[in-house]
Amino acid sequence: MAALLEVENLKTYFKVDHGLVKAVDGVSYYINEREIVGLVGESGCGKSVSQLSVMQLIPTPPGRIEAGKIHFEGRDLLQYEAKGPEMRSIRGAKISMVFQEPMTSLNPVLTIGRQLTESLELHLGMEPIKARERAAELLSLVAIPDGANRLDDYPHQFSGGMRQRVMIAMALSCNPRIIIADEPTTALDVTTQAQLLELMKDMVSRFNASLVIVTHNLGVVARYAQRLYVMYAGRIVESGTSKELFGNPRHPYTIALLKCVPRLDEEEGTKLVPIVGMPPNLVNMPGTCAFRPRCPYQVERCHNDPWPELRLIDGQHYVSCYVET
Amino acid sequence: MAPNQNGNIVSVNEMKMYFPVTRGLLRRKVADVKAVDGVSFYIKKGETLGLVGESGSGKTTVGRCIMRLYRPTAGRIVFDGKDISKLPESQVRPVRSRMALIFQDPYGSLDPRQSAGSIVGEPLKIFNMAANKQAYKERVEELFRIVGLDPSMMDRVPHEFSGGQRQRIGVARALASKASLIICDEPVSALDVSIQAQIINLLEELQDRIGGLTYLFIAHDLAVVRHISDRIAVMYLGRIVEVTDRKNLYDNPLHPYTRALLSAIPVADPFLEEKRERVILQGEVPSPLSPPSGCNFHPRCPMAIPECKETVPPLLDKGGGHQVACIRV
Repeated sequence: MAALLEVENLKTYFKVDHGLVKAVDGVSYYINEREIVGLVGESGCGKSVSQLSVMQLIPTPPGRIEAGKIHFEGRDLLQYEAKGPEMRSIRGAKISMVFQEPMTSLNPVLTIGRQLTESLELHLGMEPIKARERAAELLSLVAIPDGANRLDDYPHQFSGGMRQRVMIAMALSCNPRIIIADEPTTALDVTTQAQLLELMKDMVSRFNASLVIVTHNLGVVARYAQRLYVMYAGRIVESGTSKELFGNPRHPYTIALLKCVPRLDEEEGTKLVPIVGMPPNLVNMPGTCAFRPRCPYQVERCHNDPWPELRLIDGQHYVSCYVET
Repeated sequence: MAPNQNGNIVSVNEMKMYFPVTRGLLRRKVADVKAVDGVSFYIKKGETLGLVGESGSGKTTVGRCIMRLYRPTAGRIVFDGKDISKLPESQVRPVRSRMALIFQDPYGSLDPRQSAGSIVGEPLKIFNMAANKQAYKERVEELFRIVGLDPSMMDRVPHEFSGGQRQRIGVARALASKASLIICDEPVSALDVSIQAQIINLLEELQDRIGGLTYLFIAHDLAVVRHISDRIAVMYLGRIVEVTDRKNLYDNPLHPYTRALLSAIPVADPFLEEKRERVILQGEVPSPLSPPSGCNFHPRCPMAIPECKETVPPLLDKGGGHQVACIRV
């Protein structure tokens, strides 16, 4: 079966005063139909930039997509102009996004109704009256009580969790094939987080869409994602099904990540093992494995050879490391 | 009241903290935000009490009341055998030298124009704890080493440090006055996961090394709180709903809110997650401006009965120090 979205060797670089930041440096991944995929990594690993690149939302300059292909519905999205009509018909319609900050990603001076109907009118060519009806339906779909009467409210009249529901309603409005959720619940309370993740899971299955969850939270992907990609310093270092990755983590970074986060069910006296050092500065990277300075498994080869390519170790399990951990 | 009065560094009894809401030119009081609405707990010397709750549950306010940054509306706070809840401002300062705060935001809580050394040394000056310049310098250097910072970095300003290092500066400052109680208010939630573990381990090591060092560890991340705490108090909308040790919290949570909170947190293990039962709460945390009547969790509670609207459930011991405020358990 062909993948719904396939990203091939994507490179997104940012020019800064003191050099070149290779935020995404040769990333390849795919998303199947009706699949929930997790993209995991710490801040600055390029997980958000890779997703913004798919949407062609990279601020240019300083950023630029230097290379790569993004196959979606038989076309290469990178052949299109970021502001051209083709991208506009895809962005927010066939591929939509839910951002971390429901506070800042909604326009504070427009009513919720206006923001919801905008894409319905633009992408689906709905009449204003029809769009308003649909907007009310969408609000009740995401369990906003009394949706029809809240269309004329402004974002500040909603709580954080409710705003994120509005964002989800907007993302769903044009029956997307893929929803990219970038840290969708990080700013919210735990019980609200759980509600919204369940809601998103139900909605993507109802709309037959795929979901990409971009997060630093290993628990969230363990619960919801079928497949995972782990990113570090602009590259994917390990990928596979959730069970392969959590059951048998093979990249030193993934192994370290799992040992440094306290688990709710841990035994008494469990010690956390912090990852020594700090995430690398992405400016002018050496070209060898970026995790090497923090890696307890490193061998001679890691100092000299270029960053290893992903290699298949089992099933769908890929890892980019010279060492057999 | 606490069972063992002598071993407690802090014991709080029926503490309330209401913030008035005023309106109009005359600032007439129209309502109260009941940030903390009658909480009682104790912390034994040398232990870590975790205080967990969602935003608006009043956990930060509890910490600030103990520091006497706020004067509680009602109730008693006994610190080191002395009721400090009604002390006038002038007498609070010497008490405060035995407590310290570590803040969430390692960016906002350090003065950007002050050198790291003078940030760490400031409590020594405030409380006159250094005999002379030499003693001051030596103590600051010692503090740097204790938290794993190189004393040669003393003259640098905060922006020259990473987030994790900045939080170490915050820890060093908290240790400067030889405080016996450190209130850690979300000390790791602004840090990346790989850095979080460094700070958590540092706090644990310090407690092993410095006899009698006690933490009140306030956070919303239940996994982090459970990791570091001996006992955990769960707060909801200004009240404590459950107090238990770390083992019972996971193995035998009794309050429906605690159960929902636990089940809302995914564990990084897909095999376990497949089997886990999920309790998804409906609705959101109500405003502390107009909390629900009776047990303020009742509108979201899957076990609520009509009686729950009427009575405020008392926090009762269910055996072995496991306290729960629920009439249904």
